[in-house]
Amino acid sequence: MAFWIASSPHSHIQQKTSALMRLVIYATIPGIFAQWYFFGWGNLIHISLAVITALVAEFIVLSLREKKITQQLFDGSAVLTAVLIGISLPALAPWWISVIGAVFAIVVVKQLYGGLGHNPFNPAMAAYVMLLISFPVQMTSWQPPLELMSIGLDGVNTLFVIFTDFTSDGYSVEQLRSHIDGFTMATPLDTVKTNLTIGLTITESMNAPVIGEHFGLGWEWINAAFLVGGIFLIYKKAIDWTTPASFLLSLFICSLIAFIISPDSNASTMFHWFNGACMLGAFFILTDPVTGATSTKGRVVYGILAGFLVFIIRKEGGYPDAVAFSVLLCNMAAPLIDQYTRPRTYGHQGSER
Amino acid sequence: MKLNEEYKELAWQGLWKNNPGLVQLLGLCPLLAVTSTVTNALGLGIATLFVLICSNATVSLVRQWVPKEVRIPIFVLIIASFVTCVQLLMNAYTFSLYQNLGIFLPLIVTNCAIIGRAEAYASRNPVKQASFDGLMMGLGFLAVLFVLGAVREVLGQGTLFDGANLLLGDWASILRIEVYQLDTQFLLAILPPGAFIAMGFFIALKNVIDDKIAQAIPKKQEKTIERVRVNFDAP
Repeated sequence: MAFWIASSPHSHIQQKTSALMRLVIYATIPGIFAQWYFFGWGNLIHISLAVITALVAEFIVLSLREKKITQQLFDGSAVLTAVLIGISLPALAPWWISVIGAVFAIVVVKQLYGGLGHNPFNPAMAAYVMLLISFPVQMTSWQPPLELMSIGLDGVNTLFVIFTDFTSDGYSVEQLRSHIDGFTMATPLDTVKTNLTIGLTITESMNAPVIGEHFGLGWEWINAAFLVGGIFLIYKKAIDWTTPASFLLSLFICSLIAFIISPDSNASTMFHWFNGACMLGAFFILTDPVTGATSTKGRVVYGILAGFLVFIIRKEGGYPDAVAFSVLLCNMAAPLIDQYTRPRTYGHQGSER
Repeated sequence: MKLNEEYKELAWQGLWKNNPGLVQLLGLCPLLAVTSTVTNALGLGIATLFVLICSNATVSLVRQWVPKEVRIPIFVLIIASFVTCVQLLMNAYTFSLYQNLGIFLPLIVTNCAIIGRAEAYASRNPVKQASFDGLMMGLGFLAVLFVLGAVREVLGQGTLFDGANLLLGDWASILRIEVYQLDTQFLLAILPPGAFIAMGFFIALKNVIDDKIAQAIPKKQEKTIERVRVNFDAP
């Protein structure tokens, strides 16, 4: 007779880590496909670069720490981290961005803290924030959707841009980002933020070409695709529905209040939902079982806090998108949230503490 | 001979075993804030070293007359007066460096490494040992500042001793070494979070070295114990 001791969640299906990670990786496929459809090959190249680097870094650290290499190297966690980094990077960032990001995520954020299950921060998001504050220029050179670009960009040229900074015809990233009319295009979130500082209202910003018909050309479909992937994960019981639901609801309520108070200076609720990394964060990053809160009540608090932070940072902060920052802040808060939302032990009164 | 041993112990404590930067983790605020280049690190390190020696000597000199109840304010006053001296000197002779260091130069007053040494060592020991302790602790702190500054400067800007002429005079501009050419600065190394991460690596490295030393030493002891046991069992 063997007693199997484990921390919560107590699941009777003793699912292996690798199976769960593989499922999460499969669930990112619709989102990656949407990214490929609207933005071309950039993110796929970054994903493959990050995966290779992460596996090499993981292999080196595991052999230094004298761990079981084959088992831990292929448990999928490093690959998932790398995929998330590749998804969140700007498509035309230089190759060393994803390499540095993957090495930092695996070596510093994950393995130095003791490997999978011991890291206090989400490796992908910590690496993203590190890259964003270290290389602000490269990390904010977002590529506009393909259909808006005045210079065509195919897979080979994307490779050229990532590895040499120029296409085979000699166009730089800055030129690629220019609209036919000559101005540089940014992401919808960026556009709205810049327009507000120069005194344009939200309604006026919504006419910008990058925003398209709804909330952001391309971005809305990418977010919708991640939403589909996330619902698939919830259906498969790979993630709990409480964190994404409370996160999205909290973001919805915060932006709704702001929108009702001042519709001219606050974007609509759905604009917040379907832009930036909102859905990716809600379903793939906040639900990380290692760095998130554990109990159901804790997950609700965690999600609400994250949604509130995303709104506040998007509205007031210096950076247009906020998911990575708020995820890191919530990771810091998670142990405290766990402390105060510990479920009552069966048979004990709630009052004793 | 005994005195020599004591000085050796003081040096060992200050430079390695009880290093104010790596082990006591005192004075972290200036340590992390100004070590973005070697020059800044050296400037602050030398200023701290000077203040530490002088304050330790003075505290040790007046230790018989300081009432126990008010010793901390008196120590702070002594330290503050020396910091003011350093500040005025640097303002006069190394003005650009003085501007680079900014608020962190007057903030040496609040550096716990200095008041810690005054309280823990200088107020209980004679002048000679106290000033030697100040020298060693200051050198230990300076060494950490220097290494941290060097690593951050190389990672962040790809140079070493950039702006050394601000500290050492015009001849020192030849000291500047271009380690490699960077198109884009690695901002993390220059920003305070990078200092924290680098500091963590240094502390880890020191612990690894200590572990290696500790592993090397007890093996001899085990052997002697075994031999003793054999001798007891023999008859």
